[in-house]
Amino acid sequence: MITKRIIPCLDVKDGRVVKGTNFKGLADVNSPVELAKYYSGCGADELVFYDITASSEGRKLFTKVLTEVASQIFIPLTVGGGINTVEDFDRVLKCGADKVSVNSGAIKDPSVILNSAKKYGNQCVVLSVDVKKVDGEYLVFAKGGRDNTGINAIEWIKKGVSLGAGEIVVNSIDTDGVKGGFDLPLLERVCNVIDVPVIASGGAGNEKHFVDLFKSLPKVDAGLAASIFHFGQVEIKELKKTLNKEGIPVRI
Amino acid sequence: MVAIVDYGVGNLFSLKSSLLSIGEQVIITKDETQLKNADRIILPGVGAFGDAVKKLAENGLDQKVKNLALAGKPVLGICLGMQMLLEKSYEYGEHKGLGLIKGEIRPISEVVPPTYKIPHIGWNALNFKRESPLFKYVKNGDFVYFVHSYYGANCPSVIADTEYGANLTAVVANGNVYGCQFHPEKSGEVGLKILKAFCEL
Repeated sequence: MITKRIIPCLDVKDGRVVKGTNFKGLADVNSPVELAKYYSGCGADELVFYDITASSEGRKLFTKVLTEVASQIFIPLTVGGGINTVEDFDRVLKCGADKVSVNSGAIKDPSVILNSAKKYGNQCVVLSVDVKKVDGEYLVFAKGGRDNTGINAIEWIKKGVSLGAGEIVVNSIDTDGVKGGFDLPLLERVCNVIDVPVIASGGAGNEKHFVDLFKSLPKVDAGLAASIFHFGQVEIKELKKTLNKEGIPVRI
Repeated sequence: MVAIVDYGVGNLFSLKSSLLSIGEQVIITKDETQLKNADRIILPGVGAFGDAVKKLAENGLDQKVKNLALAGKPVLGICLGMQMLLEKSYEYGEHKGLGLIKGEIRPISEVVPPTYKIPHIGWNALNFKRESPLFKYVKNGDFVYFVHSYYGANCPSVIADTEYGANLTAVVANGNVYGCQFHPEKSGEVGLKILKAFCEL
């Protein structure tokens, strides 16, 4: 039986892992290689490395760190951040990434989804979408959640899948950093319109939030979080035991 | 020394790193002498069957690998590399494989219920069908990482399968020729243990 995936996300800036609340006020947490080893040992099913570096110097550091991680940790690695072109896919895949997540770059130029999916296969292309509810409508935000694009999120996700995205990360800006649970209404809307894996992101504060997620939305494939794992509020080993007890299939 | 067959398909960084991490010497090559001199051969692969088989044939590598396998050298196909060991594939048309393992590659949509997502992506459990030296360090029910939309059908050489609404071929073996549908180089400790067992064959 296929298992639900638990995915820690590591935001990397200038070679170090950071995580902010509602995308503001970043705080340095730990070294990417050490954290990746730790998580792999704890039973993380996959790791996401998100490059939030703005400078080209930082970008070089990021690929160096990625290569280091990929040569020591043998679970699937997804890379996001600063991905705008098929060449960007190439750059991180060469460093050992298995999947590449594209966000603002695809909003600017949706053909990057199609072209990268053609070149590397749909399974390699992850569309990450930052969503916020504005006047009752789910809208796509770009640039790390700062810019309202005015694009309807559900339509954008459908389009992304039709262009070749093999997985969708749904990150709710409304619940991100609040630790009050995943954005279940938004996730349900997404699950109802697409048939590729859906990764829920934003809002997990404790183990129960993951139980609620998988119990109320069986079509969600994975739960992603960052700070609660980095600060030890939720331990992946314990989380998986809890999920298992609740009858949710997990890899233990 | 393990030789990874280099025919220009996919990214071999993780596979090479995983073998290095278990203390193996690795060479990525399309050179016949180097393949011949290696103790064992890994045939990797991602992408579409037709393209991959064509690329393998361009370098005459299909016949070289086949001959070495028939001569008794341990060969491990991974993912599409496993699929290419079988007789033929029905992925976008009909394509001939190496025929080292009986069976054919068919879409999982033919056997998996429509409520299941395709591709089959994620960690799933191995159900052993037969004992094998490849399983020396792992146990029945251990989890490995899959990413695929096609599977080995009508295949009498299945030694482990995995349940995804249907029993899908996970590991095949025919004498010295082995294949894993999943990615051992992405399956954490379990994957490394399978690679270690292969390297001890």
